[in-house]
Amino acid sequence: MKSFEYLEHTADIKFRAYGQNIEEMMNNAALALFNAMTDTSVVQINKTWKVKLSAPDLEQLAYYWLSELVFLFETELTIYSKFNVKVHHNQEWILLAQIGGERIDPKKHAFDNEVKAVTLHEFVVNKNDVWCIQVVLDV
Amino acid sequence: MVNKINENIYEVPIGYRMGMRVPGRLFVSEKLLKDVELGTIDQVANVATLPGIVKYSMAMPDAHLGYGFPIGGVAAFREDGGVISPGGVGFDINCGVRLLRSNLEAKTVQPLISTLIDNLFEAVPSGVGATGRLHISDHELTEAFIEGAKWAVGQGYGVKADLEHCEESGCMSGADPSQVSIRARKRGRPQLGTLGSGNHFLEIQRVEEIFDQTMAQRFGIFEGQITVMIHCGSRGAGHQICTDHLEVLSRAVHKYKIDIPDKQLACAPLGSSEAKNYFGAMVCAANYAWANRHIIAHWTREVFDKFFGDVKLELIYDVAHNVAKIEEHRVNGTLERLYVHRKGATRAFGPYRNEVPEAYRDIGQPVLIPGSMGTPSYVLCGSDKALELTFGSACHGAGRIMSRTQAKKTFTGHDVKAALSVKGIKVKATHPAMLAEEAPQVYKSSDEVVDVVHNLGIAIKVAKLMPLGVSKG
Repeated sequence: MKSFEYLEHTADIKFRAYGQNIEEMMNNAALALFNAMTDTSVVQINKTWKVKLSAPDLEQLAYYWLSELVFLFETELTIYSKFNVKVHHNQEWILLAQIGGERIDPKKHAFDNEVKAVTLHEFVVNKNDVWCIQVVLDV
Repeated sequence: MVNKINENIYEVPIGYRMGMRVPGRLFVSEKLLKDVELGTIDQVANVATLPGIVKYSMAMPDAHLGYGFPIGGVAAFREDGGVISPGGVGFDINCGVRLLRSNLEAKTVQPLISTLIDNLFEAVPSGVGATGRLHISDHELTEAFIEGAKWAVGQGYGVKADLEHCEESGCMSGADPSQVSIRARKRGRPQLGTLGSGNHFLEIQRVEEIFDQTMAQRFGIFEGQITVMIHCGSRGAGHQICTDHLEVLSRAVHKYKIDIPDKQLACAPLGSSEAKNYFGAMVCAANYAWANRHIIAHWTREVFDKFFGDVKLELIYDVAHNVAKIEEHRVNGTLERLYVHRKGATRAFGPYRNEVPEAYRDIGQPVLIPGSMGTPSYVLCGSDKALELTFGSACHGAGRIMSRTQAKKTFTGHDVKAALSVKGIKVKATHPAMLAEEAPQVYKSSDEVVDVVHNLGIAIKVAKLMPLGVSKG
């Protein structure tokens, strides 16, 4: 199973991220988001952050998750590359995550793109053999 | 599936997809049509399903695949029964272009282009994660949301005369800062006075060719002249405002029982609180963008003054290309108030519209169509034909033809930079990697796109501008 893959899109960035379970899919989607901007393999983990989100359904939870990461990236000026997501479902869907990364250093981090936002265009979460999320990012 | 109506006009018939209320219209040449992806036509058809849409769901000659609306999408909605959708505006609210004319000739500037671009790159913060030279309070941010470029002039950035040469005088009415979240403020506050990255740029250009001498004279343009073009938008403020309200409008479609074929086309009926709140917040972002371009123009002037003494860098015009506006248009002989959405499209009003600045009112507004780093930009003049055909709209650029993944496989940033250098174009960017995805070859030919606009008569070609130096984030 691939962690994620980028698909053709003329103007923006489209990806699918996969997981054996919801948590793994969420982790891989986060990685695909940051890898679309920069090479996350060179990012060191010297800063960690906690995220807590809730939503009425799983798809919305996934949208909140990725949008939250764009918000944190821009306001904390940090590239995240390590994600540990837990998802619970009772009356509503809850995501708890610990994320780790490094403050943007223009000398170290080369950017291919800047993600402006996560779009809802063709945004889908589903499960066949494995869990899969499809996302189009506005860059 | 697409029928030719006339030269450069193609129709997407009702029935192309379920639920279309009006046909789609593609304003493209036969040659450009070949490059229009099926997905773009689907997006034109999707927009045609929205309630209250008037006449046609339109795509300008630079149309390509977007999210929600296609890029180059134009649609107008009746106040009574229509909707407003952030999918028709985009995340980068009031991404736009301004063009400054100088009293300098290219031969004076060309020998210094390299250091000039380096200085501009230093003066105007750009790139991912860049924060501005400004340190504004939350109160000042609110003022910028309400007053736009007018606020910037009050702070000493730019001059009052500039305001008359901005669409909406750089300050659109209807701003409601109470609809801007703390999160949007947090993203927007440190970024005021930054260019951003991606396709945003600050470019020094040479007027290469004049097509219409009379109009060029009215716009103050002459052959061999130096002009400066600034392309950027509302930065994180606009991106977050759109994100926040998209969520509200996603719920509104259930509440008001609106069927949408794409979640990004979330919308609310005009007159509903959700629609009013989105519009009020969108105007805040639009005004932020005008203030942003005003501040960047001011710093550009400072650099030019440092190099060439007391230079006149005057604003020709500043246009928005991602925005929804209330405008009056004639529909079946009757004047109607419509919400016109332009997503990657420029307003192109002809003569005698009150919205056109007094200086240009008898000829029509300047229409600015930027090229990419290595290709020409164009100045055109809006016309009555645009009001008849496209709700007074034209294209906003050349339009992408190659995906970013494909571009990265094909080019390297260093190659792009070197190739441009051979053509005499100096490029300064934070990271060369970004240049690969913005290589001139990834865009359609701006010549072809502009010729279609001209031949349709929706805007008339006035001048062609060639890049000499580009500063990119």
